[in-house]
Amino acid sequence: MRSFAYSRAADVESAVADVSADPTSEYLAGGTTEVDMLRLGVVRPRRVVDINDLPIAAIEELPDGGTRLGGLARMSDVAAHPVVRERYPMVTEALEKGASAQLRNMASMGGNLMQRVRCSYFRDGDRACNKREPGSGCAALDGVNRTHAVLGTSEHCIAAHPSDAAVALTALDAVIRLRGPEGERTVAFDDFFLLPGDAPEREHPIGHGELITAIDLPVLPVARTSHYLKVRDRESYEFALASAAVALGTEGGTVTEARIGLGGVATKPWRARRAEQALAGSEAGPEAFARAADAELADAVPRGMNGFKVELAKRTMVRALTEVAARTRGGTA
Amino acid sequence: MTPPQEGRTGLAGLAGHTVPRQATAAERDRGEIGPEPADVLLTVNGTVHRVRLEPRVSLLDALRERLDVTGPKKGCNQGACGACTVWVDGHRVLACLTLAVACEGREVTTVEGLADGDELHPMQEAFVDNDALQCGYCTPGQLMSAVALMKEGHHRDDAEIAEWMSGNICRCAAYPNIRRAIRQVRDSGGRAEQEGES
Ligand SMILES: Cc1cc2nc3c(=O)[nH]c(=O)nc-3n(C[C@H](O)[C@H](O)[C@H](O)COP(=O)(O)OP(=O)(O)OC[C@H]3O[C@@H](n4cnc5c(N)ncnc54)[C@H](O)[C@@H]3O)c2cc1C
Ligand code: SF4
Ligand code: FES
Ligand code: FES
Repeated sequence: MRSFAYSRAADVESAVADVSADPTSEYLAGGTTEVDMLRLGVVRPRRVVDINDLPIAAIEELPDGGTRLGGLARMSDVAAHPVVRERYPMVTEALEKGASAQLRNMASMGGNLMQRVRCSYFRDGDRACNKREPGSGCAALDGVNRTHAVLGTSEHCIAAHPSDAAVALTALDAVIRLRGPEGERTVAFDDFFLLPGDAPEREHPIGHGELITAIDLPVLPVARTSHYLKVRDRESYEFALASAAVALGTEGGTVTEARIGLGGVATKPWRARRAEQALAGSEAGPEAFARAADAELADAVPRGMNGFKVELAKRTMVRALTEVAARTRGGTA
Repeated sequence: MTPPQEGRTGLAGLAGHTVPRQATAAERDRGEIGPEPADVLLTVNGTVHRVRLEPRVSLLDALRERLDVTGPKKGCNQGACGACTVWVDGHRVLACLTLAVACEGREVTTVEGLADGDELHPMQEAFVDNDALQCGYCTPGQLMSAVALMKEGHHRDDAEIAEWMSGNICRCAAYPNIRRAIRQVRDSGGRAEQEGES
């Protein structure tokens, strides 16, 4: 590992001031991505600024009935929180299906959203990778790309976004709270993740040093009937090949509200708006679910080894919808 | 190499001991250090050690190579195997993805801290009773996870145990016996240190 300096921030203001003023400084939260990247040499900061002492780890109910997850709240603490479990079960499920118990104790919610892609060419410093080395090409296009994305890709990058939690959070329309040198601002969840386009090195519309202080979950009754389904190569401790976060409301068998996120198959946490539109007002059943899944994957671009993901994503979405629909019937019967 | 020790004791061997994650600001306060080596105070199994290290040194390397605490193992060095599992402030974490310098003012517990003198921790005894290992390389990590699992209460049935132990890979596939050892401790129940509050 290359050497670097270290400092520990005591308050949010000085953390933001320190890192914003110095392009060669980076935040260190749980370290589960950052230390890995430092060791691989994918990131080469002069200094890491440890933010683990900042008072932004709380999980609180907001006056309007929403829920605020601190940027430093650990994945394990958020997953176990009774309010999250009850009101947003798909968030708990997505968190608990991510990584391992040890990693979840370390990893923060802010770090989870900022985690880097698992593309092996991105991690391997000797290979062409536009995300790591802009303009160098993309070794994955014609390489080993079985785990890569089929939605939201470009000719410049096809890496799948690895987060599970973010898939549930995009379906919820969570809001990201940021602190920068000029003060606070909020960004809608979907806007926080950029498509690779012709600049895959740019992943978020934020300035260097802007700090995620919190993620706000809105009041959303439909989220009480929600589910996260994750399909992977082994049963646990593995990233998703395909995943779906689904919240569904029905009345008399008709879909009144559907919120769907897809993971493992897209370059960002994927809000399945086409599927949601296809479902609205339909009878909650296999035909409508299949139509919705077809609509969402219509523009999928498979490459070499990942063609199976198109069908897998559809089936994952349909199965998650079927499971949640059964719960809504159970609830209203 | 015997590092200088500052004779602070008191927490050694208290399996399941949990202290708050946040240390006092004074304990953690420090200005910028490195990239050159700097003195760092690390509390490991109840003893404070002064170690001179660069900020890039992982907790795993500090333990193994500087403090001769070789229970935690280096399997993958990238968070994928669990062989390096230790507790920081009572929570199970991966020492390979933790910077040593970030652990100032925190309590680090390794497998060496589980036994009470010559008396093995009940989980260690259960691993022996149930042949829960073959080569033993993953075992220190398995033990630190298994005792943490007891505290967390994720031991209802084998499926739950398997899920919450999945962060510890065993190349010898001793999984059925590891689960049996965990069930044995669970079913023998009741001992304070197994429940985490002492
Ligand atoms: C073996 C392994 C398996 C994994 N499996 C999964 C999985 O199945 N599902 C899944 O979702 N994830 C998985 N992960 C990824 C893990 O969830 C992330 O590494 C973790 O969430 C990152 O959080 P952290 O606090 O450790 O961030 P760090 O590693 O400390 O930081 C990550 C990045 O975010 C920046 N950062 C951190 N906090 C903030 C903040 N508040 N504001 C702005 N920037 C910030 C840092 O500068 C850094 O660039 C896995 C990781 C490993 C190592
Ligand atoms: S898919 Fe993206 S991250 Fe992977 S090599 Fe191509 S540009 Fe790099
Ligand atoms: S050595 Fe730390 S997880 Fe493998
Ligand atoms: S006993 Fe050999 S790796 Fe587990």
